Amino acid sequence: MTALALVRSGRLRRRSRRRALIGLLAAGVALAFALSLMIGHTFYPPADVLAVILGRDVPGAGFTVGELRLPRAIVAVLVGAGFGLGGVTFQTMLRNQLASPDIIGITAGAGAAATLAIVVLRLSGAQVSAFAIAAGLGVAVVVYLLSYRHGVAGTRLILVGIGVAAMLDSVTAYLLSRAGEWDLQQAMRWLAGSLNGVTWTDVRWLTWATAVLAPILLAQTRPLGLLRLGDDTASALGVRVDRTRIVLIVAAVGLIAFGTAAAGPVAFVAFLSGPIAARIVGRHGSPVLPAALIGALLVTVADLLGQWAFGTRFPVGVVTGVLGAPYLLYLIVRINRSGGSL
Amino acid sequence: MTGLALAPPGVAPRRRLARARALGLAGLAVLLVVAVAASVAFGARDVGWADIVAAFGGQAETFEQAAVTKRIPRTLLAVVAGAALGLSGAVMQGVTRNPLADPGILGVNTGAALAVSLGVAGFGLVTHTAYIWTAIAGAAVTAAGVYVVGSLGRGGATPLKLALAGAATSAALSSLITAVVLGRNDIASVLRSWQIGGVGGGSFAALGQVLPFLAVGVALSIGSARSLNSLALGDELAAGLGERVAVARAGAALGAVVLCGATTAVAGPIGFVGLVVPHACRLLIGVDHRWLLPASALGGAILLTVSDIAGRLVARPSEVDVGIVTALVGAPFFIHLVRRQKVREL
Repeated sequence: MTALALVRSGRLRRRSRRRALIGLLAAGVALAFALSLMIGHTFYPPADVLAVILGRDVPGAGFTVGELRLPRAIVAVLVGAGFGLGGVTFQTMLRNQLASPDIIGITAGAGAAATLAIVVLRLSGAQVSAFAIAAGLGVAVVVYLLSYRHGVAGTRLILVGIGVAAMLDSVTAYLLSRAGEWDLQQAMRWLAGSLNGVTWTDVRWLTWATAVLAPILLAQTRPLGLLRLGDDTASALGVRVDRTRIVLIVAAVGLIAFGTAAAGPVAFVAFLSGPIAARIVGRHGSPVLPAALIGALLVTVADLLGQWAFGTRFPVGVVTGVLGAPYLLYLIVRINRSGGSL
Repeated sequence: MTGLALAPPGVAPRRRLARARALGLAGLAVLLVVAVAASVAFGARDVGWADIVAAFGGQAETFEQAAVTKRIPRTLLAVVAGAALGLSGAVMQGVTRNPLADPGILGVNTGAALAVSLGVAGFGLVTHTAYIWTAIAGAAVTAAGVYVVGSLGRGGATPLKLALAGAATSAALSSLITAVVLGRNDIASVLRSWQIGGVGGGSFAALGQVLPFLAVGVALSIGSARSLNSLALGDELAAGLGERVAVARAGAALGAVVLCGATTAVAGPIGFVGLVVPHACRLLIGVDHRWLLPASALGGAILLTVSDIAGRLVARPSEVDVGIVTALVGAPFFIHLVRRQKVREL
């Protein structure tokens, strides 16, 4: 076998392995989606669920599955995929796993704006999303500018982002504490990220946003991978660096903001999906699509667990938060151990 | 320390320096008195001076007098909690030699709050003393954990690694607090005070029970001022000067943890006071811990009292919890510190 043939067969093997992994993840998402339609106070067999989805009238299941479980499950998948995509885009672009939108303040900004829109201005639907997107983009710009000093250092950006997030979180806490009819429990559910009360309106907006923004990010997979090599190398390889970066940031922030407006800042999903995806696909191949699938899987499974695995019904964000936080600490320990500069 | 080192060995300049520092401390004390007076006088309801005097005399017949009577314990709590947090922050910055150290940023306050929430939800704690012991235990465990995570690997506990470990721990523990609180609808209102820090619930009973703990913390902290000065020179040099580095560091850290744990038990997690105040005091009074620590205590008391007044005046007739105000004031300062650091140091 010649060297060329060896390389070619290796590439083929990796590609088919990657396809198999992505297929497996997609199957996992589909299974979790199906389970979250079936499981609940009343268990409905797959036949009933399928009948409801196809529009036939099934007594009992029609309302429960069609109006409650189906929109909730769809939003779970879309929010998870959006957070995963947005998170992995930032992490790859800034070459740092800690630079995910939920750590550097972008989710906090979208959350504060959404809270303002919902609780104080009493808006809903598209207007809330618009507020969240504007604030998310604004925070991204502010954090970037604040950490710019003879170039942007990743570590400084993260610390500045932590500071900005602390401020914005206190704004959110203030807004929620002023809102009379929101008691603390409700407020905490929203702050942690929750799929309670999801309706078909949320589904519509989220579907539109995902349909427009996700393909943009997926189409930029190659330039994004090249950006990881550094700006000079990327531009030598034909990437229009600044334009690519702006497109990536706007699309990623958009996905994060739409998701936050619909379900609140679901803790750590944006942060977790990328590193898990990278671990699964290895160093070869882009983690972008796998991260979207893992995000969807995380939110769907966490929502199922939160609703039915414990005596109390926990919002999805509490489950992802409790699962994700130790991983964040582990990541810091591992980076410190290996002597990396973060 | 720079002031001392630069001064010629004569006696007169040193005396002048001491006088300047004493003046600085006196100025802070005067400011604190003004802040306390303002805190009693201003609030959601306008009151006249006659009512204030009458309320101090023990009368609570009119609404005005009753309002003033309620402001007295909360003002005292703001003073005590602010002083404890400022002092605790100064000691933590000294012990870790880290300009970003603060009981809030390092997650220690959140650890204390989680411990209390768990204690209330799981073990039915009800007394202030039980809260305080639990909070101190939680603070100590968290501080040790964050320090271990942050000091692994090359370069020891750098500011960046400690701040990241602290922020991560804080986020992790907040999720756990949410999980604890959401599981228990029956005691949610009790647990509320450990979500967002505030001094509105201050009472003489709580103050009386936290004061002995704070006294121990203050004694440990002030007692370690000299050791902190040696530690500032680096561990090797401090050891060379006859300092028992590990003992000194443990004693000072214990003092700081007791202070912020006990404070969190009565006022909830209040961030950024311990970060901002020592930096401001260093500008005013220099880096000698024998002067810096008392100044930080005074400064913290001023900052928290003024923040509480602001929180009451901004949102009349309701109020903003003081923990929210300090985050809004302190986070920009944190960002400023991060920006000022050179990249290599971070």
